Amino acid sequence: MTESHLHPEASWELKDHPIPTGKEEIWRFTPLAPLAPLFAGVPRSEKRLHWVGPLPDGVTHDCYSLAECVAAGGQAPFDRIAAVAVASDKAAYIDFPAGLVLDEPYVMDVEAPAGVYYQNLNLVIGARAKLTVVLRHRGQATYGELLNVIVGEGAEVNFVSVQDWDAGSVHAGQHSFTIGKDAQVKSVTATLGGSLVRLMETASFTAPGGQLEQFGIYFADAGQFLEHRLFVDHNQPNTVSNVDYRGALQGEGARSVWVGDVLIRKQAENINTYESNKNLLLTDGCRADSVPNLEIETGEIQGAGHSSTTGRFDDEQLFYLRSRGIPETEARRLVVHGFFADIIRRIGVPEVEQRLLAEVERELEQVDLSPTPASLEQGIEEK
Amino acid sequence: MSELIISGLHVEVETEDGPKEILKGVDLELRNGEVHAIMGPNGSGKSTLAYSIAGHPKYHITSGSVRLDGQELTGLSVDERAKAGLFLAMQYPIEVPGVSVANFLRTAKTALSGEAPKVRTWVKDVNAALERLGLDPSFSSRSLNEGFSGGEKKRNEIVQLEVLNPKFAILDETDSGLDIDALRIVSEGVNRYMESGDHGVLLITHYTRILNYVHPDFVHVFVDGRVVTEGGAELADHLEEEGYDRFIQLAKA
Repeated sequence: MTESHLHPEASWELKDHPIPTGKEEIWRFTPLAPLAPLFAGVPRSEKRLHWVGPLPDGVTHDCYSLAECVAAGGQAPFDRIAAVAVASDKAAYIDFPAGLVLDEPYVMDVEAPAGVYYQNLNLVIGARAKLTVVLRHRGQATYGELLNVIVGEGAEVNFVSVQDWDAGSVHAGQHSFTIGKDAQVKSVTATLGGSLVRLMETASFTAPGGQLEQFGIYFADAGQFLEHRLFVDHNQPNTVSNVDYRGALQGEGARSVWVGDVLIRKQAENINTYESNKNLLLTDGCRADSVPNLEIETGEIQGAGHSSTTGRFDDEQLFYLRSRGIPETEARRLVVHGFFADIIRRIGVPEVEQRLLAEVERELEQVDLSPTPASLEQGIEEK
Repeated sequence: MSELIISGLHVEVETEDGPKEILKGVDLELRNGEVHAIMGPNGSGKSTLAYSIAGHPKYHITSGSVRLDGQELTGLSVDERAKAGLFLAMQYPIEVPGVSVANFLRTAKTALSGEAPKVRTWVKDVNAALERLGLDPSFSSRSLNEGFSGGEKKRNEIVQLEVLNPKFAILDETDSGLDIDALRIVSEGVNRYMESGDHGVLLITHYTRILNYVHPDFVHVFVDGRVVTEGGAELADHLEEEGYDRFIQLAKA
């Protein structure tokens, strides 16, 4: 079987993941210094994070060893930090039984005080279950993570992760979906806070018929580095993936990286995939890298495509809004709000949508969207 | 009494070969209660006139003035011109993903009047305006112009005209791309807007078709960046029979 050229091989063994030098393809964009404590590896410790709130009825919680972890069928670590998380923490398993239907989203609030933490979290979702899980990260931690979401046959899962860290926090993690036969997975990743957040988000299939939608929003402020690396492994036929990530950047040194890798393996006939990334640069001094990659090993597919755009405000949109009396700053706010709302409205869980819209509005309140001196000068010249 | 006075308007655009003059001295006077039709061939500068008055950054006014009730518009920003009472219904309304029609209308109304509209009557007013234009109330939750048909976009422009209630409206080829039913519905919207008597319309069009529904008080023939002939509604009938050719020759002479 051909392995993707874009990714190192996954392995549960820490020794297979040397400390990166920064020259590796998967680390080439990332500032490594803030991650040093997470690369180092720590002795297994009792210091671990807990999420707040009781489990829903019928849902159980357990701790697994590494051997049990491997047997459960989650995705092995792709990088050093996920491997360190496995080596440093007992795996927490949350079991959502087959057929479980949750009317309300199950919200896991991770509140982290300052310090170095690891988490190896596994959500095992039984066949035909229908539910929404919201994982919300807050606090001041340096946090390394492996999260496995293992989705059973015919299940319908909405998974939302919100990175709402305080300034100074560092979060590097791997979120992996393993999707069963005919299962439908919708994931939403909202990365708003933290000094450095780097998420590797992977998906693969255990049987044909799975459908994956991955939506993301991120908002990088001055000095923030936010990286999302997606890898969809179409390793089964008749599977569908659709990826759409949107980012806004503002302020000196605001950085974002989006990498969207899709591998269509030889056996993955009749699949359909599309990935899109759009970045809006709100001010000078910020930078967005956007790298979509398609690796296609069979031509017997329905479709495969990608698009990537990075730019400033669309003058025609601003003109249209302003011609209705909306002042420039307000028009910009409306455009950015819409840029994110366009993604958020697809979540389909009103409570989650409202919460994320509120987060975006809070971010927007902190941004100075008034016209820059340069555009003001231009305005005067026009007159 | 309201008036929109355009005098000696010269406008340039930047091209690869340097600045190019599009409007070469336009004079027009609109008063409330009047519908003025501007007719002319493709490329004569009709849309440039509309966008220049509204303040599109692509167009540079090199001389002349546009005054609305004595207030000079050319020194104002786009939104300030709207606040002064100007409205432009666009030929190609712009898509703004994720911004609902309702949110857009409320934001615009708030900006124009300086206070948020009353919650109790607002939704009712918007829905009534939508209904008059043959649009379902659910239309207000759709993203602005995104995925709208050509007809829906134009109807939505007229919904805005009714809800925002400006002093003067410039309609830039609002009739283009409309089928007979939509043309009638849009025209009725324009006529309702004119009913109050304190509004004026500058209607830009290629065709006389819309003038069967919206009756102009004045017709201006626009060729090569200026008005070459003016008259009453009967001038449109002449154009229908003879075309623009005579006027193009006239402009060259």
